[in-house]
Amino acid sequence: MFNKKRASLEIGEMMNKKINIVPVVVIILLLIIWQAACTLEWVPRFMLPSPINVVKAFVTDFSLLMDHAKVTLLEAVLGLFFGILLGFVCAVLMDTFPIVKKGLYPILVISQTIPAVAIAPLLILWFSYGMTPKVILVVLVSFFPMAVGLLDGLQSVDEDMIKLMHSMKATRWQIFQYVKLPAALPEFFSGVRIAVAYSVVGAVISEWLGGFSGLGVYMTRVKKSMAYDKMFAVIFFVSAISLILMAFVSVLQKKAMPWAQKK
Amino acid sequence: MKTILTVNNISKSYGDKQVIKNISIRLGKGELVSILGVSGVGKTTLFNILSGLTPPDSGNVMLYSRNHEAGAIEGGTVESAADESGTDKAETNITGKNGYLSYMLQKDLLLPHKTVIENAALPLLLEHVPKKTALETAGKEFKHFGLDGTQNQYPSELSGGMRQRVALLRTYLCNKEVALLDEPFSALDTITRASMQQWYLDMMKDIKLSTLFITHDMDEAILLSDRIYIMKGSPATIVEEIIVDEKKPRTSDFTLTEEFLEYKKRIRELL
Repeated sequence: MFNKKRASLEIGEMMNKKINIVPVVVIILLLIIWQAACTLEWVPRFMLPSPINVVKAFVTDFSLLMDHAKVTLLEAVLGLFFGILLGFVCAVLMDTFPIVKKGLYPILVISQTIPAVAIAPLLILWFSYGMTPKVILVVLVSFFPMAVGLLDGLQSVDEDMIKLMHSMKATRWQIFQYVKLPAALPEFFSGVRIAVAYSVVGAVISEWLGGFSGLGVYMTRVKKSMAYDKMFAVIFFVSAISLILMAFVSVLQKKAMPWAQKK
Repeated sequence: MKTILTVNNISKSYGDKQVIKNISIRLGKGELVSILGVSGVGKTTLFNILSGLTPPDSGNVMLYSRNHEAGAIEGGTVESAADESGTDKAETNITGKNGYLSYMLQKDLLLPHKTVIENAALPLLLEHVPKKTALETAGKEFKHFGLDGTQNQYPSELSGGMRQRVALLRTYLCNKEVALLDEPFSALDTITRASMQQWYLDMMKDIKLSTLFITHDMDEAILLSDRIYIMKGSPATIVEEIIVDEKKPRTSDFTLTEEFLEYKKRIRELL
């Protein structure tokens, strides 16, 4: 009896491990195929560098990449901070005053149909080549997922819960503090995760179009010198930065919502 | 028995449709009075009006209590307070006003991000009672409500019956003299429900709360109530008042007696 139970538990654990292993195996397989394609010269070398070459390029340029990364990260984090702040304020205003929602929401949606690549040169024109236009672009791309996500969360609250709070004579602020904000936390963090991904990409894009340092600038330089191994290295590096930031947000979320762990 | 709450000629329409018409109800101090009717007849609308969430089209709600602001219901102090106050009890028109009665809605509506004890203490926290005092006050009642040991758990870790107890405790801690309970046991399975009713009867021996109780369950109404108002029709009116003349405290054995069946027969004919 006990053995059976234990055996089934072990099988369960193994199943779990297998599920975690699957993506890792797929990635390793892809890397092997990629390496094979390069070594066996299925694809001309100048078009596609092999994974090993990419790693070599990363190691060679490591300190240079770090210097550029500092700039990009600073732009992303600054932009993210103001983007989240602005998104938060917009969401709360739209939730509190229906008229603000009616007026602002369509503009928000329209603003998102304008490609970031199109605004970046304008921002550079207006704010020159420094950090300002990059931070502004990051704010523009990151505040929308924040505002919309948080607004959905704030409005997802059960009407009856609001009724109960009114019957206890709760003030508007108390309803926000006790009911709405905590209920919106999952959406808030989803919004932050999306905004984080957008912010790194946004910073890189605006660096492409003009600037003195940053990973986007590095990208355009290596592209011009046809150093495709370095190009690939920086692409992977940018996604790694986004992934690390997103993982950091997930950790924050777990810390901020201990009740979600206990189900 | 002293009257604590009267509801006089309440009517309410939504658009062209009149939902309830000329509803009048009286609640005595320490009494449990049920409002029985089929689902959708307008019972919840009536409660929303009594609790001040929805204004009625006509009619009023009067509360007879000297200390409705403080709302002393702790232990047995209700009776003594009533005796002392005697005839000079203040009459307050609470039509359309929030915060005079405690209201328990159909769902338990516990906050998932607060622990059980914080949920129970919510009405105190909303009144700006210091957190420590609020939690202490709530903590004292945990044993009585059969919730001992769950203080620091989250609501998602509790069963349906336990969650309902927390919601009842929260309603109790609103510390008002009149409680409105809207089908508090209807979401529970039959067995849990029976045990909750029994638990409620036992608990009511010590807590003298004046309660208006909505239900669509005849057995529940007869078992728990001192009086039953039958609500029926469209627009809904009170068609009958039934006095359940059975001594309290009752046990579930009451449901197996002749008298119980007599009441049931009478109510079934009315509905």
